[in-house]
Amino acid sequence: MASNDVLEQASTWLAEGRKVALATVIETWGSAPQPVGSQLAIDGDGNFAGSVSGGCVEGAVVSEALDAIASGQPKVLAFGVADETAWQVGLACGGKIRVFVEPLGS
Amino acid sequence: MKRELLKAVIEAKRQRRAVAVVTTIENGEQRLVARENIGKDPLGAVLEEAFRFDQSGLHGGEFVHIHNPPLRLVVIGAVHIAQGMIPMARQAGYDITVIDPRGAFATGARFPDITLHTTWPEDVLPGLGVDARTALLALTHDPKIDDPALSIALKSECFYIGALGSKKTQASRVERLQKLGFSDAEIARIHGPIGLPIGAKGAAEIAISIMAEMTRSLRLGN
Repeated sequence: MASNDVLEQASTWLAEGRKVALATVIETWGSAPQPVGSQLAIDGDGNFAGSVSGGCVEGAVVSEALDAIASGQPKVLAFGVADETAWQVGLACGGKIRVFVEPLGS
Repeated sequence: MKRELLKAVIEAKRQRRAVAVVTTIENGEQRLVARENIGKDPLGAVLEEAFRFDQSGLHGGEFVHIHNPPLRLVVIGAVHIAQGMIPMARQAGYDITVIDPRGAFATGARFPDITLHTTWPEDVLPGLGVDARTALLALTHDPKIDDPALSIALKSECFYIGALGSKKTQASRVERLQKLGFSDAEIARIHGPIGLPIGAKGAAEIAISIMAEMTRSLRLGN
C-alpha cells in the first residue's frame, strides 16, 4: 500500500467516526525492511493499514497505538535485536527502527 | 496530527503539489511546509535537500516527512506489455495513465480500473503535466504515435523515458528525433531498447525488465 493510501485510509476511518492513530518510521539503522517515512494507520479496534516493518513489529505498534489513542499523547517506540531489554519484539532482519506514534484528529 | 493537517496533505498529493510535515518529536507539534515556501521555514536548507532527494528524516529533534507527488507512469500504447506493467507499477505506488488513439487496443475491458485516453498523446500529455515524478513508456512501435510523446517527454523533467524496439528501430528513431532538432545528449535520455538486459521473454518478463530499469533511474539516477 502506497503511503498516500495509508493517509486516505486514516482519513476515511476518521470520517466514519472511528478513533485513529498513525505510526511513522522516523529512523532506521542496518537492514530495516521499510524506509523512513513508511506509515501504518490503526483504528480503535486494532484494524490497521500500511506497514512499518516486514510484519515483525506491527503487532506491538498496534497495541502502543491503542494506548496513544486512549491517552491522546504521541510517543516514540524503538525496536531492534540489540534492544531486547526494552522491547520483547525484535526485527529478525537485524535492523533497528524508531517509530513515532500519534493520535489523529485531535 | 490534526484533522485539518491530514486533509491538507491528502489534498496536496491529489493536486501533485510537494509538501512536508515537520514534527517536533518531543511534543508532537506539527507544521505543513509547501515546497514553494521553504525559504520562509527555519529548516529551509534541510528541506530543500530533502525534497530534492525525496528523503524523509530526523533533523535535530524534528522529523521531516516529505510528501512528494505520487509517482506516475504514462504508457503510450495499450499493448500487451502495458497490461503486464500495470499490476507491478500499481504495487510500487504509481498512478497509471494509458494513452492510445487506436480504439481497438484502448478498451476498458483490456484495461479496467485505470485512466485510459483514446486519443493522441500530444492532445493529452500537456494537460497531464509530465513532471519529475513521471516515467513515460512509448510502446506502440508506431512513430506517428510514439514520436510526439517522446518529444514532449524530452522537453520535460520526467525521470525515465523508455521506448520499445530493437537496436535498429532505436537507430531510426534517433535519426527522426535529430531531424526534429533534439541533441544527442537529449536523445540519450531515452532508454532504447527498453528495459534491463535480463533475457526477458514475453510480455510479463519484459515488463519486469522495464520496471527494474525505471526503479534504477528513480533511485540511482540515469
